[in-house]
Amino acid sequence: MSAKPKVAFFDFTSCEGCQLTVIDSLQTHPEILDVIDIVCFREAMSEKGDDYQIAFIEGSCTRPSDEPVMKAIRDRAELVVALGACAHLGGINAIRNRFDLDDVRQYVYGDKAEWYETYQARPIKDVIPIDAVLPGCPIDRREFVAALKALLQGRAIQIPDYPVCVECKLKENICVYLRGKTCLGPITRAGCDAICPTYGDGCEGCRGLIPDPNIDSLKQILSEHGLNPEETLAKMTLFLNYQTMEREAVDDG
Amino acid sequence: MAKGTIKVDVHHITRVEGHGNIVVDVRNGELKKCELQIVETPRFFEAMLRGRPFSEASHLTSRICGICAVVHATTSLRATETALGVELSEQTTMLRKLNLHGEILDSHLLHIYMLVAPDLLGVGSIIPLAKSSPDVVLRALRMKKLAGDMCAVLCGRHTHPIAMTVGGFTHFPDIDELNQLRQRLEAMRTDVDATVELFQSLSLPAFERETEYVALRKEDEYCYIDGEVVSSDGGVWSLDKYRQVTNEYMVPHSTAKRARNQRPEYMVGALARFNINHDKLHPRAQAAATALNIKPTCINPYMISIAQVVEIVHCVEEAILLIDLLLDRGVTWEDPMPPTRLTGEGVGSCEAPRGILFHHYRIEDGLVVSANCIIPTAQNLGNIEADMHALVPTILNKKKSDITITLEMLVRAYDPCISCSTHMLNVEFV
Repeated sequence: MSAKPKVAFFDFTSCEGCQLTVIDSLQTHPEILDVIDIVCFREAMSEKGDDYQIAFIEGSCTRPSDEPVMKAIRDRAELVVALGACAHLGGINAIRNRFDLDDVRQYVYGDKAEWYETYQARPIKDVIPIDAVLPGCPIDRREFVAALKALLQGRAIQIPDYPVCVECKLKENICVYLRGKTCLGPITRAGCDAICPTYGDGCEGCRGLIPDPNIDSLKQILSEHGLNPEETLAKMTLFLNYQTMEREAVDDG
Repeated sequence: MAKGTIKVDVHHITRVEGHGNIVVDVRNGELKKCELQIVETPRFFEAMLRGRPFSEASHLTSRICGICAVVHATTSLRATETALGVELSEQTTMLRKLNLHGEILDSHLLHIYMLVAPDLLGVGSIIPLAKSSPDVVLRALRMKKLAGDMCAVLCGRHTHPIAMTVGGFTHFPDIDELNQLRQRLEAMRTDVDATVELFQSLSLPAFERETEYVALRKEDEYCYIDGEVVSSDGGVWSLDKYRQVTNEYMVPHSTAKRARNQRPEYMVGALARFNINHDKLHPRAQAAATALNIKPTCINPYMISIAQVVEIVHCVEEAILLIDLLLDRGVTWEDPMPPTRLTGEGVGSCEAPRGILFHHYRIEDGLVVSANCIIPTAQNLGNIEADMHALVPTILNKKKSDITITLEMLVRAYDPCISCSTHMLNVEFV
């Protein structure tokens, strides 16, 4: 990789909050602009370059026309990094995968539903091979800067395999369950510094499941804390619907 | 190219939030087609809300937009609280207001410095400015960081807020944090003055077109949360009558719905607020407006950016006043106010950075059963196209590249938030 790698940012179905977090990281790390050459970043610049080594992709694939664009990015880039929950997990976009899509389109667009192209929301790894993931809704600013450093040094991006509870304990937070609320921290990948429990709210699972999560045990805990099956399902399907449906498919054999 | 024939086709316009195209087709001097096509993917938030617990609605809908996550959360909470009969404490109302001032600052600073200023300084992005005008870029980043830090102190982070919940907050700033914010805001006045000076020195296109302006209004403040809907053409609507104002309709070249009120189109956002609520601005903001030579009723859409500069002055001053009030009364840990019923219907409305925003929910037994969200950019789309129709014939003698940039600057002036409005940019000259 050349001394100053060319980096491109792309977005598919998303709120562009992860790219905004990238822009925000310049507030604390303006030197980023000295070490990389940003050649494409539609949200922030007019210049468009097709020559890049690292591509960061935000957003889910939600329509057939997204696929050739993602494949073209894969063909050009040496490294493709999924940026945030929508790219990593399908994110909240995948909530709709549990519903009949014609019904979803009709609910929002009425009798003009057929004007709007869509299909099930998917993480980008289901469309193109990817090299790394930066989880979260939105991504964590420090994790992004650390990931960029790793890429510039030719190292792999490291993200934690342990659950949010570990970071929450290190923050010396009182457990959300002991405050009369519920939390997906025990099954969710850390790296966010337990920001939601720190601000008084339970983890919503935006960074995805840890490897081998004990979901049955978590469901039992949720039940013991007063959640009915519908409320548990709602919790498990806000950010985790794609992974939950994958697991349901395996369980159904 | 035949004489008098111009085809402009800007695919995926840059420095805007989301995906849109500008398409202009002029044949033999006659304007055949002039469209702002919205090619963002449909997002389907209203459908995704159905069946979910009311407590999740604000966390889900903040994901409509990374730039205006706080106002989506606030509007969502107001809709839910209205539906479920939740009364808010004075402290919650003040903290919500302060938080939204942080977001308006963050969004306006992003827009005027990173998205608009490059056009006025003749560069493609803020990145070359880092070399040519490092003081401007460092100022922009410094101011934006303070705006983001305001939101972080109040709700954990700007994108996406954590500590905002139905009936109140789940986390509270301590006195030291508020004191530090206040000191930094006071110190920011120098940067605010420099921002006003910078935009005084830049020249914007002199295009004018009369239109209808719509904004929230309250009698006792420059309104960002609740209030009544007011039109510059006359008319006042309570929030539950919002459909009489927005009258949504669809066009095939846009995944964003559109709106019309008393004219075929209307404008929302900083200029609409300035035109309707100018008398409620902080005196320092009124002085900045005079210095920037903007007065109501201003009908030049390029002046939206100038109205944003005026609002930056206002929000800094208002935030200082709010923090003083909070410091004076003290901030206490309050449990969120509980719902008084689990079934009901409610409309919430706030002024997002880009204009008036409505969320409307029906909740049954604690679950959202129907939802409607009307986004500022969707309301502006018809007005942007009407501006393009009026503007293009007056600039046909210019070079195609100049026409393109004039149109891109027009669309950018509206600060369109396209991800938000699909349920919106690219200039395409066919």
